Amino acid sequence: MNKCLLLGDEAVALGAIHAGLSGVYAYPGTPSTEITEYIQGNKLARERGIHSRWCTNEKTAMEAALGMSYAGRRALVCMKHVGMNVCADAFVNSAITGVGGGLVVLAADDPSMHSSQNEQDSRFYGKFAMIPILEPSNQQEAYDMTRYAFDLSEQLRVPVLLRIVTRLAHSRAAVEVGEAREMNALNPSTDQWVLLPGIARRKYISLINKQVDMKHAAEQSAFNRCGQKKSRLGIIACGIAYNYVMENKADDTDVLKLSQYPLPEDMVFDFALAHDCLLVAEDGQPFVEELVKRLVGSSYLVFGRLTGQLPRTGELTPDCLRPFFTDGQIDTSKTDVKANEASPFAVPDIVAPRPPQLCKGCGHRDVYAALNQVLADYPDHRVFGDIGCYTLGALPPFKALSSCVDMGASITMAKGAADAGLYPAVAIIGDSTFTHSGMTGLLDAVNDKSNITVVISDNLTTGMTGGQDSAGTSKYEAICTALGVEPEHVRVVVPLPKNMPEITRILREEIEYNGVSVIIPRRECIQTAARHAREKKK
Amino acid sequence: MKKDIILCGVGGQGILSIATIIGEAATQADINLKQAEVHGMSQRGGDVQSNLRLSTDTIYSDLIPLGGADLIISMEPMEALRYLPYLAQDGVVVTSNQPFVNIPDYPEADKLAEAYSKLPHVVELDIEQAAHEAGNARSSNMVLLGMAAPYINIIGVDQLRQAISTVFARKGEAVVEANLKAFDAGVAIGQKQ
Repeated sequence: MNKCLLLGDEAVALGAIHAGLSGVYAYPGTPSTEITEYIQGNKLARERGIHSRWCTNEKTAMEAALGMSYAGRRALVCMKHVGMNVCADAFVNSAITGVGGGLVVLAADDPSMHSSQNEQDSRFYGKFAMIPILEPSNQQEAYDMTRYAFDLSEQLRVPVLLRIVTRLAHSRAAVEVGEAREMNALNPSTDQWVLLPGIARRKYISLINKQVDMKHAAEQSAFNRCGQKKSRLGIIACGIAYNYVMENKADDTDVLKLSQYPLPEDMVFDFALAHDCLLVAEDGQPFVEELVKRLVGSSYLVFGRLTGQLPRTGELTPDCLRPFFTDGQIDTSKTDVKANEASPFAVPDIVAPRPPQLCKGCGHRDVYAALNQVLADYPDHRVFGDIGCYTLGALPPFKALSSCVDMGASITMAKGAADAGLYPAVAIIGDSTFTHSGMTGLLDAVNDKSNITVVISDNLTTGMTGGQDSAGTSKYEAICTALGVEPEHVRVVVPLPKNMPEITRILREEIEYNGVSVIIPRRECIQTAARHAREKKK
Repeated sequence: MKKDIILCGVGGQGILSIATIIGEAATQADINLKQAEVHGMSQRGGDVQSNLRLSTDTIYSDLIPLGGADLIISMEPMEALRYLPYLAQDGVVVTSNQPFVNIPDYPEADKLAEAYSKLPHVVELDIEQAAHEAGNARSSNMVLLGMAAPYINIIGVDQLRQAISTVFARKGEAVVEANLKAFDAGVAIGQKQ
């Protein structure tokens, strides 16, 4: 056995490589990015020619992985939780087509929204698509479960959802790794994959019939296990929440560790029978808590996030679980978790928040400086923002944005607001976000001759997640004109303080133009520029 | 035996290098380790922290419980105060005393000093100056690690030195030497305080 110090993300990546992976398909997104990056840098992955180039978005990634699975090889799709929304069409239907080679979909959830717009729990997607879900509690399980997930996928002929959370994705620990399995040979599926209604109905019934096997796998899983202790309270600890329970030295309390779904109902029911009441500890939304409540009936006490014994929002911590052990007994009236009682020291009042900022010298800064200068003359203006470093333009000193919702929404929201009569309606979107989900919205605007001004702030990279390749680099003018934007209204500028007169003049001209115009301020991200300079020196 | 450490500072100050070196030393010494760090948005000039847990027993949680940290190692004086609820009663704060001011409402120097006067165990220094005197202004994080070394006593000072050599080896001998020199300066200063 070989021991490696790995991030949770890296443990997933190495587990996949060692499971005989042939391709990883992903769009960068915190906290999932390091999985694909690890595979890109791994020696064995390079020797084996494992596909690892970034995809344009999560939907193209999911579909390409499904294609590789169709061809009989093992494929991994990685994304942050909101990426599941983007690929949902392909994801849900992949459960109905079934798989050829093992197909594992990794969703990295972000409870507490460290780098996200919501804290949706991907396990709901797994249940919705009716496929097995695995939820590792630590780095070793992340490695082991990834290997197991590919076997399970091929055994049950369905994709498997692997769900991790930020705290596991970005935490390092020693992992014992095994030997690498061989890759699957090319073996195109001979099954029926054409989801015409008549066929889809048959395949949907087949998926429902597989539920028995999925549940059986969860009941028998080595990753689901319970102790045999006598205690009034039984704790169901899901995924990483198991660590927070154990951190409190739960020696006298019986714990059911859950890491594989669908819910092993027999195991949970027997566990409930052995205790007087249950606490469900899970990171994310109360997914298991709701299922357990339904299983045991309304007369049985089940505590958790829904009943206020654990916080309704945010990631769990060891402190959330502490009251259950210090008190000796559960105080069911306790709905306010006072974890701070454990602290000898408090944060002094003088400590000020230090929010993230755009880097000094960043091109986005010049774009916002120019926009604010021009838009000062248009008091009714609104700027619709998007997802990336440039979302920080919402904060001081720029305070330039009115919205930031989801990938690509800047263009389409500006269009809708313009349709409603708002003027000037300006959209600001990054280069990578534009190819991810902005192009189709721009086509809508062109077809409707909407009066919007779109700024594609092009820093030649996917900056926010650490500088990954951007799918459309060097193609933006061509994409915009091909979608129908008038060539004379596709304007390129270089965002530098010295060019401010030119940039503001062009912005003003295009805001005055009644129709769709695109301004592309283009200057390389200073972080990637510095990295490229260092690489050149070597 | 266990040692729970919060490493903190402002994005870009090099706290993750400190974490990497302690992690390498712990791995070589066969001590259990968990190290949770922050990636993504916070790296852009915002506050960053890493929870580093070392133990001879099994470590469950990736996060240090409130009141559980034996040590706060900070590249910036106000940032150390942000994590005080995690500090144990007899915990130690090892910090740079040079403010990094990139926000408008950064506290006044006397207010900062007053907050520090209420803490029982503080080791502080102008680490940039010390690094400059040791010959390499860019290795101030290694000065800080040196100052903290006596308090990370689950790993020896020699094991940390070895880890610095290993981690910086690919950058060449000159870089290794510069970092070791900064580290040694920090150790000497830490012992004096």
